[in-house]
Formats: sequence, C-alpha cells, structure tokens
Amino acid sequence: MPEQITVTVNGAPVAVPSGATVAVAMVLAGVACRTSVSGEPRGPLCGMGICFECRVAIGGIPHCRSCQVLCEQGMQVTTEN
Amino acid sequence: MSREAQQHFEILVIGGGPAGMAAAARAAECGARVGVVDDNFRLGGQIWRGERGDARVDDTRLGESRSNDSRSDDGKKKEASLWAGRVRASGATALCGLRVVHQPNAGVLLAENLDGFCELTYEKLVLATGARERFLPFPGWTLPNVMGAGGLQAMVKSGLPIRGKRVVVAGTGPLLLAVAAYLRKHGAEVPVICEQASWSSLAKFGLALPGWPEKIVQALQLKRDLAGVPFAANSWPLAAHGQQTLETVTISRAGQNESIRCDFLASGFHLIPNIELPLLLGCGVNDGLVQVDDFQTTTVPSIFCAGEPTSIGGVELALVEGQIAGLAAAGRRSEAKALFGKRQKARRFARLLDRTFRLRSELGGLPLPETMVCRCEDVSYSRLRQHRSWRAAKLHTRCGMGPCQGRVCGPATQFLFNWNSDSIRPPVFPARVETLAAMDGQSHLRHSEVTGGQS
Repeated sequence: MPEQITVTVNGAPVAVPSGATVAVAMVLAGVACRTSVSGEPRGPLCGMGICFECRVAIGGIPHCRSCQVLCEQGMQVTTEN
Repeated sequence: MSREAQQHFEILVIGGGPAGMAAAARAAECGARVGVVDDNFRLGGQIWRGERGDARVDDTRLGESRSNDSRSDDGKKKEASLWAGRVRASGATALCGLRVVHQPNAGVLLAENLDGFCELTYEKLVLATGARERFLPFPGWTLPNVMGAGGLQAMVKSGLPIRGKRVVVAGTGPLLLAVAAYLRKHGAEVPVICEQASWSSLAKFGLALPGWPEKIVQALQLKRDLAGVPFAANSWPLAAHGQQTLETVTISRAGQNESIRCDFLASGFHLIPNIELPLLLGCGVNDGLVQVDDFQTTTVPSIFCAGEPTSIGGVELALVEGQIAGLAAAGRRSEAKALFGKRQKARRFARLLDRTFRLRSELGGLPLPETMVCRCEDVSYSRLRQHRSWRAAKLHTRCGMGPCQGRVCGPATQFLFNWNSDSIRPPVFPARVETLAAMDGQSHLRHSEVTGGQS
C-alpha cells in the first residue's frame, strides 16, 4: 500500500493515503466541511466540483472545493464557519 | 507546458471526457492545432476517472490495470487508454486543471486555474461538457455522508477507504449498478440497491438490450460482480437520519418501509446534461438538451457539441459524437458521415435509457415542508412551494443563487415544480475577482499561466 501523509484539519492531524483529495481527509477526520446558512453540518455531495458543499479553507485560501484539491504533507485545512 | 497568458487554437475542445478526447484526437489527427481543456487534474472525465495516485503521473495516462479488477473494468480501461494514447499521439494540447468561466468576446474564452487566469482563442469550438448527477431532496439528504452515487465512487477513487463500510445505494439509472459493483469490489458491504423504476420497465429494458450486444456483456459482468447483493425495483430512499452525520436510512422497498443502518448513502437519480456553457455561448437548447445537426453543429455555426449535453447516452454515444464533431470541425465531413450509422444505434440506446429510468411521481412527495431544496442558500420546500416560477423563487428566496448556481436545485425544482431554469449569466462558475476584472476588459492579463498537460 502507498504511504500515508498527514494534513491538519482545524489544527488536528489526520493521516490520509497519499494522492487523496482534501475532501477525503475531511470525511476521514469526521469533520463537516462547512456549516450551512441555517447552521446544518455539510459534507461532500457530488465529488466532482459541481455542488460546492465540500468547500473549506486550504492554507488560508478560502472557498476551495476540497474534492478538487490533492492533499500535500503538512497542508493546513480549516472549515469555514 | 505553456506559459503564455493567451493561447490560440484552431479547434478548442471544452471537456476532456470520452466525447472531448475523441473530438480532440480526431481533429488533431487531421493536422489542426487543437487544445482540450478540463477542470480536473487530468483527462478522462467522470467515467474514466483514474484511481488515486495516478493523478500526477501523466495528464493523459488513464486507467492503470490492476490485478483485482474485473473484466468489465478491464474493457473500460482498455478503451480509456486507447483514447488517451490517441490524444497523446495526435499532438493535441491537454490543458488540465483549467476551468472556463466566460466568453468576453466572440472566439475568446476566459479560463482560470489555481494560479491565475488566461484567455483561450479559437476558430472552432467543440463543447463536450458532460453531465452531472441529478439529486432529489428527501428528509435528511443534506446530512454528511449522504452523497451522490457517482459522488461516492469519485470519493473512493480519490482515496476514501470504503472497506468494511455499509453503503446503501439508491436512486435510478444504470450508474447505480456500476457504483455498487465498484464499492463492493473495494470491500464495501452493500445491503441493498434501491431502483425507483418498476420491474416492468426494467424488463422492457432487458428485452431491448440484445440490440446492443456490448451492453449485454456489461450487464452479465455486473450481475456476476453483484452476486448476493439484493436489488430492489420499485424502491427509493424516504429519509436519512443521524445527528451530525448519517446513521440510518429509511427506504420504501416495493411498498414496505424499511430502516437500514449504514455508513454512507449513495443516492443519484440518473444524469443531467451540463448545458450552462452552451447556453452562455448562445447555443440553442431544447428540453434541456443542446440542439445539434447531423455534424454535431449547434445553432452557432462555429460551435459543435458532443456527448451527454446532446442526450444522455453513455460512453459509446459520447465517443461517436465526439469523433463526428472533431472531424466536422476539422472540415472532414465525409469522414464524419461514415460514423452516422453507429451514432444512430447509440442514440436509440439513449432513448431507451430515458424511457426506462423516467422518474416516478411519488418521488415528488418525498420532501417535508422543512426539507432543504436549495442547499447553498438553505431554502426549504415550503418556502419554494409558494412561488410560481424559478425566477420568482430566485428573486424572493435566493434559491439557485449560491455558489452552485442552481446546478443541484435547478434540476430538482424542475422535477418537483416543473420550473424551467434554462437561464445563465456569466461567470458560469464562481471566479476570482482578478478573473472577473478581466471580463470587463478593464485590466490586461498580467500574471497567469496555463499549466498542465503536454504541449
């Protein structure tokens, strides 16, 4: 099996398979990607960059669709609330 | 790799799935200067989406064969690598990770990637923008771990470990079976596949299949891959339950309600063509499908369209339409003509799919008053029900005005309320401010570069 890499989600380390997308890291972390307008937790829906439900801040850049970005070692992911 | 902020192509193809790859390869083989743009990491589209880890090896390499793959996957991967090889050999330039957001002037498209934006100019354009899943709202569908069927498959291909997880697969369309087989092969437990279509329409579908021998082969392979997985027709999801994430799903299984504990719900209701870019470019659309003539020309003479935007017909139709569009764009009309017969056959299959997986009216009764229909702006079913049109609902509730721009709730409200959401305004996708500034011609292109692909 390929090696794992580690990213942080809201400061907590999460091990993900190398080559995984940030959306995968969010599901593995069990952290909702965003909180909706009325306060509901939301996670990835379409997996292909259409629905924008998986958006998070990556390395300080807000509104990134996490399903379209590959994890990199040490990447810092934060949820947008 | 190119570093210009502006690139010119005689023939530019938007979308790097089967239709776009076929169009690009055929056009470039004729000697034209061809570019093919896709917003994913590499070519292949959703159907030929590669497995995690291959992504950065080579932008046009697809589908590495793996020992545990079934033969149906193997055939698919052979076809994928065949076309990837053809694109590579043809000399077409693959521009991956690049998303078209606007056409500021005729013959000029504005696109952006993670690093900036660029202009792509063309003489002929082939639109191969593919399709997306149709999602229908039901109570609990917004819970984390309720995903599309293709959506969950894409996540697993992107590295999500699924071994030992329980996944209910529900909705409609042939994708459900393919997804269930894929998930199972990767170690998931699938307690049931719920298909809303009736046994009688599925039986008619089965009886018509001998017209397409390759589909019979695929069906038999799926049957083998899904041995032991219960398949329920006349069945659909009623509700998803859980606190912060999905815990159980209630389904209507042939008239009986049943509650199933699961880790994921993979739910999609067949496919919706991506017609936003064709609409923005002024291409005529009829009943949600881009209108084309025999040579795949849209109502705009310099623009061609191929694949799912013209009808949901699967990979065979996409490949033949893509080839016709590529050849016609390159001026090889007689070579294009030779493929008309093959296309005719594939189109009959598209009509069969449409008949078989038409949505039953009961699905319109799934949302409760408080069920969110527009997920971006959290607009509930009861708020939408008060309005008479998509436009009125948009103005009063912001439905469809969030970042997905109605791509999810538009098709849902079309089914629920019979609203027509065929209107689009630029940018077709949310874009960065510096890209938007370029739309008005107020700033010159400054720092962008086009990355990805070979050139």
